Amino acid sequence: MSNLEATTPAANAQVTVTPATGLHARPAVKLTKLAKTFAATVRLRQAPDGPWVDAKSIVKVMGLKLKPGAVLDLAAEGADGEAAVAALVALAERGFDDGSAG
Amino acid sequence: MTAAPAELCVAAVAASPGIAIGRLRRLVARNGKSTGPATPAEERQRLEAAVALALRSLRALAEKSDALGAEILEFQQALLEDPELLDPAWALIDQGGSALDAWSAAMAPLIAEYQGADDPVFQARADDLADLRDRVADGLSSDLAAADREDEEGRTILVGDSLGPSGFLAGDWRQGGGLALRFGGATSHVALLARAQKVPLLVGLACALDELPDGAEAVLDAEGGRLLIHPTPATRSWAEARLAARAREAEREQGGIARLAATAAGEAIRFYVNVDDPRWLVGQDPGPTDGIGVARTEFLFHRAGGLPDEETQYRAYVRLLEWAQGRPVTVRTLDAGGDKPIAGLTPEGETNPFLGVRGIRLSLVHPEQLRIQLRALARAAARGTLKVVVPMVTLPREIDQVRALLAEVVAELAQAGVPHRSPPIGVMIEVPAAAIAIQEFAADFYSIGSNDLIQYVMAAARDCAGVAALYDPIHPAILDLIRRIVAHGKATGAEVTLCGDAAADPACLPAFLDAGLRGFSVPLSALAHIKAALAGE
Repeated sequence: MSNLEATTPAANAQVTVTPATGLHARPAVKLTKLAKTFAATVRLRQAPDGPWVDAKSIVKVMGLKLKPGAVLDLAAEGADGEAAVAALVALAERGFDDGSAG
Repeated sequence: MTAAPAELCVAAVAASPGIAIGRLRRLVARNGKSTGPATPAEERQRLEAAVALALRSLRALAEKSDALGAEILEFQQALLEDPELLDPAWALIDQGGSALDAWSAAMAPLIAEYQGADDPVFQARADDLADLRDRVADGLSSDLAAADREDEEGRTILVGDSLGPSGFLAGDWRQGGGLALRFGGATSHVALLARAQKVPLLVGLACALDELPDGAEAVLDAEGGRLLIHPTPATRSWAEARLAARAREAEREQGGIARLAATAAGEAIRFYVNVDDPRWLVGQDPGPTDGIGVARTEFLFHRAGGLPDEETQYRAYVRLLEWAQGRPVTVRTLDAGGDKPIAGLTPEGETNPFLGVRGIRLSLVHPEQLRIQLRALARAAARGTLKVVVPMVTLPREIDQVRALLAEVVAELAQAGVPHRSPPIGVMIEVPAAAIAIQEFAADFYSIGSNDLIQYVMAAARDCAGVAALYDPIHPAILDLIRRIVAHGKATGAEVTLCGDAAADPACLPAFLDAGLRGFSVPLSALAHIKAALAGE
């Protein structure tokens, strides 16, 4: 956990949680799965000052219990950090591909 | 070059009918059940194997599920693949904890966190976590060494001394295969499970374990009752023909499962189904059933994490009602004791647990547990046609005590403004005294628990091969008791049904109908067969 803190992120962005039920199981799985496809260290927090967590850990991401409308800071470090952030922003813009209401 | 070994025939008792062809594989007894943990390295390996097993079964389940179901299973997979989830468990193992304790301890705070969430969507995730916890715990508490199943294929005949329910359930039997045990009887718990899942099972295998060579080809004949090791080509082709014939028969029966059941005289017969664990109902159609005749609740008490709270029970009962889609659902209060011990609840050291503190006797010793169960049942009763049946009743005052406790919890719920309904209370008749003095009872319905009633009336244990011939479901003494109960039900306007293995036995059906029974509760897997038998096929 400590290795995730205090370094300057190479890439970052802000997104909003849009699924009607928040960042619950399915959208969170989508997010962590996508994050895992990148070598970069990817982390996120609830803006403006929530604790940073590993975006590749479903336990950590779900643990934030993000509700609809919550704003997320994304940050990534590593060679493909820019691509990781871009992909996650795209996912968020698609509403986390969450077609269902549950 | 060596000559082919000669075919060897081992006699046994068929406990779940069927045929299996495959290689013998020895069950590995795990001694870690009650003894302390093994070395950290071994415990680590066991947890790794159980996690791998759970991941494999989740993937297999996801393949069969629709898109939504698959995504929910994917959530459980993602959790298991997340090092954050398992790290605390590894740490506990390194400190000397057992794999099961470490796993349960790692999951407990997570589950509590979600249960306590203020958002119902996140609260609902507690169910997924609890399911995941149980999935891995089942693998760990299995009597099989999980690692030993690593590359197991369907066509395997497992052989050993005995196998517990969790060990059976941990197996993947969909590909076929069978089980042959040296101990146990046709009515043991594993036999109930095997029949429910249509897994061929032999018990009372008349040979030493050493005579069952690991990896040898064999034919398991649970139509007759024998295990043929090193089968000749003729035996093999006979077995293959029987397998094919059984498959055709099953298909034909399945076609007739939806028919309405009636006697030759046109009188309607109700066929309810038994439920051991609601997880088995997933994907099953309630359409051909008249509802759930007996939903056992012991499964709730065998999970990791101790005795179930009211919410857990309430959710499980509501799930049963949802499945039944308006059909009646009869839930049996906890029937622990006898052959179903529950750690921390059932007494230890009884010389004869079947004649000891079991069923309602045990529930009345722990009224706090019964109270929780009745509260959950009364709440669930507001959500559908729910009835409650009380097991092992001997005296009318036991039912009076249950009613008094129910009245108390109903009053509490009313005062708290919690939606509820006071469910009908039925008596399970399995103690001969209750069957003989049936006129002393005033219940909303009666359910004859034939497994126990027969063993108590005939003084023949359900799982003792030596007295199997005495265990006769249609002995005149049994039929006479059934007639008395049916007559009492008629006189008081209360429904009488019969559950237990005999309910699904076509050979017993004519005698039961003749004794006046018109309602039965059978395993879902036996429904097509018994309806076909009723139709005279």
